[in-house]
Amino acid sequence: MSKNPQPLKEKHGAHPLDDLIRTDRIPHIWCSGCGIGTVFSSCLTAIKATGIPYNEFAMVSGIGCSGRAAGYIKLDSFHTTHGRAIPFASGIKMAKPDLNVIVFSGDGDLFAIGGNHFIHAARRNMDMTVICVNNLIYGMTGGQVAATTPSKAKTTTTPFGNPDAPFNLPLLAYAAGASYVARWTILHVRDLTNAINEALLKKGFSFIEVLAPCPINYGRRNKQKSLDTLKLYQEKTIIRNGADPARADIDFDRGVILGTFIDRERGTCDDLYEATCRRSED
Amino acid sequence: MHIIESGNVAAATGVKLARAQVIAAYPITPQTPLTEKLSEFVESGALKAEYIPVESEHSAMAVCIAASTAGTRAFTATSANGLLYMVEQLHWAVGARLPIVMCVANRGIGAPWTVWNDQQDTISQRDAGWIQIYANDHQQIIDAVIKAFRLAQTVSIPVMVCYDGYLLSHTYMPFDVPEQSKVDSFLPAFAPTHFLDPENPGNFNTVTLPDIRPGVDGEMAPGYIEIRHNLHQDLRATLDTFVEIDKAFEKEFGRGGNPLVEKYRCDDADFVAVCIGSLSYQLRDVIDIMRENDVKIGVMGVQMYRPFPDKAIVDALRGKKCAIVFEKALSYGNQGALYADIKAALYTSEKKPRIHNYILGLGGREIKTQQLLDALTASCTSPDTFEDTPRWIGLKL
Repeated sequence: MSKNPQPLKEKHGAHPLDDLIRTDRIPHIWCSGCGIGTVFSSCLTAIKATGIPYNEFAMVSGIGCSGRAAGYIKLDSFHTTHGRAIPFASGIKMAKPDLNVIVFSGDGDLFAIGGNHFIHAARRNMDMTVICVNNLIYGMTGGQVAATTPSKAKTTTTPFGNPDAPFNLPLLAYAAGASYVARWTILHVRDLTNAINEALLKKGFSFIEVLAPCPINYGRRNKQKSLDTLKLYQEKTIIRNGADPARADIDFDRGVILGTFIDRERGTCDDLYEATCRRSED
Repeated sequence: MHIIESGNVAAATGVKLARAQVIAAYPITPQTPLTEKLSEFVESGALKAEYIPVESEHSAMAVCIAASTAGTRAFTATSANGLLYMVEQLHWAVGARLPIVMCVANRGIGAPWTVWNDQQDTISQRDAGWIQIYANDHQQIIDAVIKAFRLAQTVSIPVMVCYDGYLLSHTYMPFDVPEQSKVDSFLPAFAPTHFLDPENPGNFNTVTLPDIRPGVDGEMAPGYIEIRHNLHQDLRATLDTFVEIDKAFEKEFGRGGNPLVEKYRCDDADFVAVCIGSLSYQLRDVIDIMRENDVKIGVMGVQMYRPFPDKAIVDALRGKKCAIVFEKALSYGNQGALYADIKAALYTSEKKPRIHNYILGLGGREIKTQQLLDALTASCTSPDTFEDTPRWIGLKL
C-alpha cells in the first residue's frame, strides 16, 4: 500500500527577504527554471544593503513575466502599461526627486515596445536604476521573437530561425548616455547584487542587463535545458570590467562579456534642469 | 472540410484562405495564438505573404497602412490595450480609406490589469469609423474574416472582426474550412485604383485646409469635411453592401443570411434579449427554458455594430413588449453603448418597446445561466419597471 503524500508544512519559516515581499501574493507565477526570481531576490538584497529606508524607494515595471515583480515587492510599486515603465518612473522622479526609483522589467518591454523611452531617459540621464531581465524572448505571451532574440534562434514567430540581429543592450545604453552600465547573469548572484547596489547608489541613469533563462519558451525551442543555459553562463562568459560595450554582443560561441562596462559622472536630468531652467529665479 | 480547432486558428485559417499579402502583428493575450499560426503559415510557405514581427501594435497598424497603400491585402490582430495603443493609426487607416482587416480577440482594458474577456476594447472604438463585425462561434469567425476582406475592398473602409477572448479564441469547436478555389472566386484579388507606385508617383494624405481647394490637376478637390462626410455616407451604405456580400457568400458556401442581426425565436416573441458576441448563443439556452414555461421570448445577437444596423434592429423590435440589452461594456458615465444606440434608433418608431439594460461579465466575471434566467425573468415579469440606468449582474460589492 502506497503512502499518501505528506502534507506540506502549513507555514514556511521566515525568509530573510520577507520584509520586502508581499508574501500574500506568493507563490509567484514564474516557471520552474526561470531566472527572474534570482534577479528579484538580488534586487531586494541590494535594496536592503543600501541601508536606505524602504519608504524612499519606488519600483515600476511594465508588462511581461518580469513585470510581475512590481506586484510582489512590498514597496510603493506600479505595474504600468506595456513599454511605459520608464516614462512612468520618470514622472515619479520628477515629482519626488528624493525617491530612489527602480525600473524592473524585461527585454521585450524595455527594448521593443518601450525602446524609445529607454534611449531618451538615458540621454537625459534620469536618475534611476533600470534592471532588465533579458531572457531573449517574449516569455509571457508564449515565446515570440523579441528585439533581443539572437540571430537564427527559433521562436513561435520565427519557427525557422530569427533573420534579424539583436540589440547589444550595454552598447545601446552607453551610446544613449547612461552613467552606469553593467551586465551579469543569474549565475553571478553576488556580482549582480553588488552591481544593483552600486547602481542604486549611483547618481544618474544606471542600467543593468541580467541574462536569465526562459526554459519554457526559449530553451525548449532552442534545445537548451535550464542547466545547459547555466553552464553557458559559467563556461562561455568572460568577466571584464571596463570592457568596450561595442564588444558586448551576445554570442555564446565566441564568449559573452560580463562586468561593469561604464561608470562615469554626468549631470543628471534634475541637475541640468535646475541649472538651466531655474537660474533666472535666483 | 470540417476541423476541430480554436477560434484563433479559425481566424488564421480565414486569413490564409483570403490570401493576405502582408501581416504585421504584435503578440497580446488572448490574440497571440492567431499571430503564431499565421507566422507558421508564412514560414512554411502555406501562405505567400510577408510576416513582420513588429515591436508594437502602433507599428503593426502603421505597417498595415503602408502595405495597404502600396496596394496589397494587409492584416493584423490584437486585443485590449494593444488595440488602444494603435488608436492613432486606427483612425488614420479609416481616414485614408484603406481596406485593412483586423481581428480583435475581445478582452477587458486595464487598469486594473485583466486578461479576461469583455468587449470594452472594441466598443471604445465604435466611433473610429471602422466597420465592426462580431462573431458568435468559430464558423462565424472564419466566415467573417473572408467576408471582411471582400467588404473592406468593396467599400474602401477597414473592418474589425471581433470575437470573445478565451470564450471563442481559446476554445475548440468544429467548423467547416471553405475550399480555397471557392474563396478565390468569392474574393477577387485586391486591385485598387490608387496605390503607391514608383512608376506613377502621387501624394497621399497631404494636408487639407478648412475649405476646398484645387488639386494638382487644377480641379476642385474635396476638403476635410467633405472627405469625412463621404466616409460617413459610405459607411451607412455599407449596411446594404454587407447584406449583398453575405448573400453572395451564402450562394457560394451555403452559410449566412444573418449579416446584421441574428435572431433566435424572435418572430412571435413579446420579449427580446439583445447582445453582442458569443453571449447570444449562451442566452439561447435560457430562452429555451423560458419558452418551456410559456414566456414568449427570443434573443437577437447584433452581428454588425458599426455601421449601426438601426433599421434592422427597429424592425426586429417592432411590436415587442420589452427589449433587454445585455452588455459586456459600458459607456462610462452614461449607459451601455448598445443600449443607448438602440434607444436612439427606437426614438422615431411608433410603438416603442420598453427597454432594459444589464451590464455583466466585465473582466471575465463568469456569466451563469441562472443569472441570465433570473435577469430575464425579472424583466419579463415587470417590463414596465423602467429605471434608465443599467442593472449589474453578479456584482459582489
